[in-house]
Amino acid sequence: MTQAVEVVHASGGAGHAAGHGGDDHTSHTATGINHRKLAMWLFLASDCMFFGSLIATYMIYRGRAEEVFREGAGTGPFPSQLIDIPFTSVSAFVLLMSSLTMVLALAALQKNNLRGSRIWLAATSLLGATFLGGQYFEFTEFYHEGLSLQTNMFGATFFTLTGFHGLHVAIGVIWLLTLLYVSLRGGLKQKDAMSLEVAGLYWHFVDIVWIIIFTLVYLVPYEEMGTEGLEEGGEHGMRLIEFGRNALGTFF
Amino acid sequence: MASIAQPHVQSHQATAQPVVHTQRSGLWDWLTTIDHKKIGILYGVTAILFLMIGGLEAMLIRTQLVSADNTLIGPNTYNALFTMHGTTMIFLGVMPLSVAFWNYIMVLQIGARDVAFPRLNAFSYWLFLFGGIVLNMSWFFGVNEVPNQGWYGYAPLTEEAWSPTRAVDFWILSLQILGVASMLGAFNFIVTILNMRAPGMSLMRMPMFTWTTLITSILIIMAFPAITIALVFLMMDRWVGTGFYAPAAGGDPLLWQHLFWVFGHPEVYILILPAFGIVSEIVPTFSRKPLFGYSVMVYATAAIAFLGFGVWAHHMFTTGLGPTANSVFSATTMTIAIPTGVKIFNWLGTMTFGQIKFTTPMLFAVGMISQFTIGGISGVMHAVVPLDAHHNDSYFVIAHFHYVLFGGSLFGLIAGIYYWYPKVTGRVMNESFGKWNFWIMFTGFNLTFFPMHFLGLQGMPRRYYSYGEGSGWEFWNVVVSFGGFLLGFSMLMLLFNIGQSLRTGKRVGANPWDAPTLEWATTSPPPVYNFREIPQVANRDPLWAEKYGTDHENEDSEVGISIGGRELGTAGVPDDKDKETLRLQHAAEEDAGHGIHMPNPSYYPLVAALGMFLLAVGMLIDFPTLIALGPVDFSIVAVLGLITLIGGIFGWSFEPASD
Ligand code: HEM
Ligand SMILES: [Cu+2]
Repeated sequence: MTQAVEVVHASGGAGHAAGHGGDDHTSHTATGINHRKLAMWLFLASDCMFFGSLIATYMIYRGRAEEVFREGAGTGPFPSQLIDIPFTSVSAFVLLMSSLTMVLALAALQKNNLRGSRIWLAATSLLGATFLGGQYFEFTEFYHEGLSLQTNMFGATFFTLTGFHGLHVAIGVIWLLTLLYVSLRGGLKQKDAMSLEVAGLYWHFVDIVWIIIFTLVYLVPYEEMGTEGLEEGGEHGMRLIEFGRNALGTFF
Repeated sequence: MASIAQPHVQSHQATAQPVVHTQRSGLWDWLTTIDHKKIGILYGVTAILFLMIGGLEAMLIRTQLVSADNTLIGPNTYNALFTMHGTTMIFLGVMPLSVAFWNYIMVLQIGARDVAFPRLNAFSYWLFLFGGIVLNMSWFFGVNEVPNQGWYGYAPLTEEAWSPTRAVDFWILSLQILGVASMLGAFNFIVTILNMRAPGMSLMRMPMFTWTTLITSILIIMAFPAITIALVFLMMDRWVGTGFYAPAAGGDPLLWQHLFWVFGHPEVYILILPAFGIVSEIVPTFSRKPLFGYSVMVYATAAIAFLGFGVWAHHMFTTGLGPTANSVFSATTMTIAIPTGVKIFNWLGTMTFGQIKFTTPMLFAVGMISQFTIGGISGVMHAVVPLDAHHNDSYFVIAHFHYVLFGGSLFGLIAGIYYWYPKVTGRVMNESFGKWNFWIMFTGFNLTFFPMHFLGLQGMPRRYYSYGEGSGWEFWNVVVSFGGFLLGFSMLMLLFNIGQSLRTGKRVGANPWDAPTLEWATTSPPPVYNFREIPQVANRDPLWAEKYGTDHENEDSEVGISIGGRELGTAGVPDDKDKETLRLQHAAEEDAGHGIHMPNPSYYPLVAALGMFLLAVGMLIDFPTLIALGPVDFSIVAVLGLITLIGGIFGWSFEPASD
């Protein structure tokens, strides 16, 4: 009969000590995938269900505001009067570019180019923040046109879905800025590349989700409503210029 | 059976020789612990506490229903009681009790020293505790503030117009916190299982309980988002004035039902699969042969989980989805019965020709199999759409889900308590008392819930606080209430046995039941670091392979029988404190003070969870607000909570995991 657990003192790795939480010795995991990276993949799978529930709800209620209005109950504004595809395309482009800079930041860090990693990290945060600025502008703009969460089903579903995505971007920006801060204090070296890689996974995911939202919420056409249901007609176009004015107004 | 010379469980050699943190057990230690075993104990104790609260609520329900036209409990209180009973039992009783075993036992089963993210694990526990407190806190604000809309909270009843008090808000925030706790826990367990298995433990060598932990955790991370979003919509409807579920605004109350049941049906598998796992450990151990059809069992479990996402609308047959949808969901629901039936036959196959020892854990396990089967059969009956129209909202449904939730989940979990108690405490629970416990619980259970089938078919609706004289329901209600009190008494017996055996239970060694899985390879209770040397696994049932030879590897039926011949000792409790165990214990003691590197305790998980708690409290209870800071009417306590939460998370991120 042999022993259940043989007690042998010999050399070898004690890789299974607990507290894997912080370390990145991938060779010690049974799958070869780092703990945090695996956890992030799982989180993203779960996040798909979060966005899936929200997007499904959006699609179920798409056109509902117009329908209710036709039945003589609700009010505008409606998506066809508000959605500004050129403007949002620009901010979508900004967000997509931030994925590129994110890749560059990670590549730089993996090559031990600390300066490069900081620059690209800063660029990524900046692009993310720019996207958020665009969303802030868009939200206030829609709000001034009379759309709020309570106005109609479009208001409720639009702000909830894009707001939930915006929250993801905001958390991402905070995360990236934290990493930048750590990096500037010398805490993000080549050996810590996993920290950046995990943040990167999250960041790319948030970008990809935006492509889906952009398509379903902005690109797929809505019922044309003219100026029906608007309080005082509403002005359109020139939003980017107004954005500049608004932004200046916010800061000064 | 010949034993084999070659060692099947070998050591995984270790070099590390730094400090072991000494095991203290003061209050501070419990508050800052990140040891999966202690967290497991915390989960277990808290869950049992909530089970008792939920049980007390059930006793009050049955007292009210004992006679016709009873006026003991009014309608409002009654609504609060069944809502709190259901919510408590599901989210604060059965789920966390399963998590207790995942923490304590599953980690040992895969030969690991802790979970992948020990501090996250502590955070999950504290969130669970605070989520339970938020729910039950409502009792202090008067009965109209206690959640009273039923455990699945259908809209539009939950909308502000129909539920103007904070009752529903307590329920929403508590479920949100509990959801976060469950999901974080699930991420942690999946990573732990995939990444931290002992060398040699391939997926198909994992114990069944570990398998069910893995699959249940996947269900949690995929199902909880739906209810989280459903609750977010509800919060916005109530607090912001959106109309997600309000027909007047163009919203649709059925959206709630869809989102809820997309979560809700997988949730019932979240409740039952851990019990399946436990039974799959106990039945082989006491039949003295390996699990029959292990791989089929694994696939069946995965199939149940997968199909579980495609059946949700069987909860909505009576809402008018139309014949096509009803037929499709009826068919998918019946399909699920196939893998479930496969599991039942696997357990029966394991017992067939086994040398069955009816110890208390085995009694509960077999009880579980039989009672779950009854619940499963009435479940297939609901899958028949026209039949369901009659069952819906009647006591027939109550009978059905208590057979699966109590007779299935809870019997399985209690079997687990009796089975693993010696691992946790180093003592077995009193066996003869345990058998009394089982038979009284079994009798009480069937007296309570079997007659509910009759009541349901006679038309007694669920969630009614009273019924009239001459309804014809009087007799069976007396029987049910009597059975209920007997059942309540048997729960107290369980509690008593757990407490009493801590002092008087017979002391046992590492592997008192002569079980095959790794948790039995280390001492009872295990040292902080679990295994002095990480075991090397070459078999599905490593401790049996090592002791009796490997002939039964991948050969599920016969071999186990001849293993036996081994007397299990009096009262079915063998004491296996053999040389090997003693040697292990020695090794562990010798090792204390030098050897294995364990992570530091941390108070940040508690701080962060406390922040979440304050945030919820601030949203629920009127405190001075921050109007001074602008138009935002936000409670000071909530803001403090948010700051504490964020501070806790940052503190934790920058804290070194170990030194
Ligand atoms: C002590 C034993 C128990 C008794 C006597 C009991 C009794 C009852 C009764 C009579 C009801 C129906 C109330 C009504 O519709 O008017 C009920 C509802 C319910 N019970 Fe139990 N129960 C027990 C244990 C459990 C356990 C262990 C679970 C879950 C694991 C559970 C889960 C539920 C749920 C989910 C509901 C539905 C609540 C609702 O309608 O919203 N019960 N119970
Ligand atoms: Cu279901």
